[in-house]
Amino acid sequence: MRVVLIDDEPLARSVVIEYLQSWPDLEIVQECSDGFEGVKAIAQHEPDLIFLDIQMPKINGFEMLELIEQPPSVIFTTAFDEYAIKAFEEHAVDYLLKPFTKERFNKAVQKWMDQRQVPEPKQNTKQLLDNIQNSSLRNERVVVKTGTKIKIIPVNDILFLAADDDYVKIHTPEGSFLKNKTMAYFEKLLGEDDFVRVHRSYIVRINEITRIDPYEKESHLAILKSGEKIPVSKTGYPKLRQVLGL
Amino acid sequence: MVIVQCIVASILSQTAILLWFGFTFQTSLLDSAVSILLLAIACYLIGNNLKYYRPEKNRYLLMLMYCSILATLWLLVNNWVLDSIILNDPHYAEFLYNSLPIRFFIGLLIIGLMAMVSVVWYTQEDQKETEKRKLEAETLARDAELYNLRQQLQPHFLFNSLNSITALIGSRPEEARKMIHQLSDFLRGTLKKEDQQPVSLIDELEHLQLYLDIEKVRFGHRLSTEISYNEACKSKLLPPMLLQPIVENAIKFGLYDTTGVVTISIFAECLENELQITVQNPYDPDTTRPKHGTGFGLSGVKRRLHLLFGRTDLLETTSYSHIFTTIVKIPQV
Repeated sequence: MRVVLIDDEPLARSVVIEYLQSWPDLEIVQECSDGFEGVKAIAQHEPDLIFLDIQMPKINGFEMLELIEQPPSVIFTTAFDEYAIKAFEEHAVDYLLKPFTKERFNKAVQKWMDQRQVPEPKQNTKQLLDNIQNSSLRNERVVVKTGTKIKIIPVNDILFLAADDDYVKIHTPEGSFLKNKTMAYFEKLLGEDDFVRVHRSYIVRINEITRIDPYEKESHLAILKSGEKIPVSKTGYPKLRQVLGL
Repeated sequence: MVIVQCIVASILSQTAILLWFGFTFQTSLLDSAVSILLLAIACYLIGNNLKYYRPEKNRYLLMLMYCSILATLWLLVNNWVLDSIILNDPHYAEFLYNSLPIRFFIGLLIIGLMAMVSVVWYTQEDQKETEKRKLEAETLARDAELYNLRQQLQPHFLFNSLNSITALIGSRPEEARKMIHQLSDFLRGTLKKEDQQPVSLIDELEHLQLYLDIEKVRFGHRLSTEISYNEACKSKLLPPMLLQPIVENAIKFGLYDTTGVVTISIFAECLENELQITVQNPYDPDTTRPKHGTGFGLSGVKRRLHLLFGRTDLLETTSYSHIFTTIVKIPQV
């Protein structure tokens, strides 16, 4: 079984390497020192299990997982305090608080081995990601993948979002980017202070709206500073009026 | 409301006095109304003036002069107005002239009284304000202390360091031992600095060096540091643990914002009456979250400097072509 280690501290990786020596079935196919390398390594090797640090350069462990279509099972290795971890405890295979003992490490790997017998183990990681949005660890930026490049969008740069099949199109002054998430996910992530969901398929930054025009029966159009016209639904209109204090 | 009542009462009493002197009601009322209203304006002027400017202690002769000038002005204006509107009474012009000294002293008395009351009132207000500020400063100081304590504990740093030691024990026990010593020295230094006594630059830099050495073990070849200072500044004083959050911030931005090798440079020099320390780190302008550029650590440093020196211009940050620079100035007393 293939394993990838992702941690920016070489010594932290060497602990895992040392502990893994007593698991001959597990083969370390690659060591990565940041999330970018991690994304590449996972695409290339399709590992069964990854050991993942949370605080890393450029993008953190959660953001990295978001970029992967079919995330493998994850065991977190982190010095984060327990509070931060609690939120998604049940959905990761396990989490190891640094420094961890060999016994604790073995327990985590054994837990993963046992879970593998149960069908659909990958469900866990998906659930984990959905759960993370509730934790306060990250809501200042959104990480997207365009082709092979990874783009970090500060939330402050987002103008509006539009649903696009299974994706959401994020519109920024620099252009638009697709992300494989639901509108409900973004509605929660962005909060209600700066954004409003004016339509089943649209979330708009409140400050971007310059004008609201009536449009056909019972619906409206919000005109943005950029000139873009966003449909406002029957249920979206009262919400919009409320946040604008009309 | 009280002011209006006072003015009306004064006008009525003065009218009564003038009636006693045998003037007609109209003349009495006019005279009273004009002089009292003008006096009220003079009082308002001096009160308002003292709100923004109060003479220093023992400069009350100046106050007296100021009141006299205002009283004289009032008298002149009053005299001119009354002289030009009350014409039908032949005795009145003579009376007006004769009553000038009395009017002057009464005016001076009232203006002086107003000045005194204003001085006392506004001084008290000022004291209240100062006390409020002091209280606020104390609260802030406590907060900063708490924050510092938390910072000193730095669980993330500590646990990651311990994890590195765990790794070293197996493969390179000598280095593990060395790192334990560095970590111990660092923690001991941190505990010692709990009292807020100023420390010398050289001590603070040595402490920082320990911290950086530990971080270097953790991050390996990715982190390099340059510390330099003018020999002359060696014994200059600075508040303890002031540089630590700045350097931590530099490391955080440097290491977590870029993926390459990161050089953190620290440079200390003496300016006129000031110790200036410059900390530089690389950063990525594309991913550094806007508005959060200065970080909580730095705002803590700024607040602390404000509390200690009462100045807000001691901490500066600039970012230019991938280099983030933090400059902190410490006034030397």
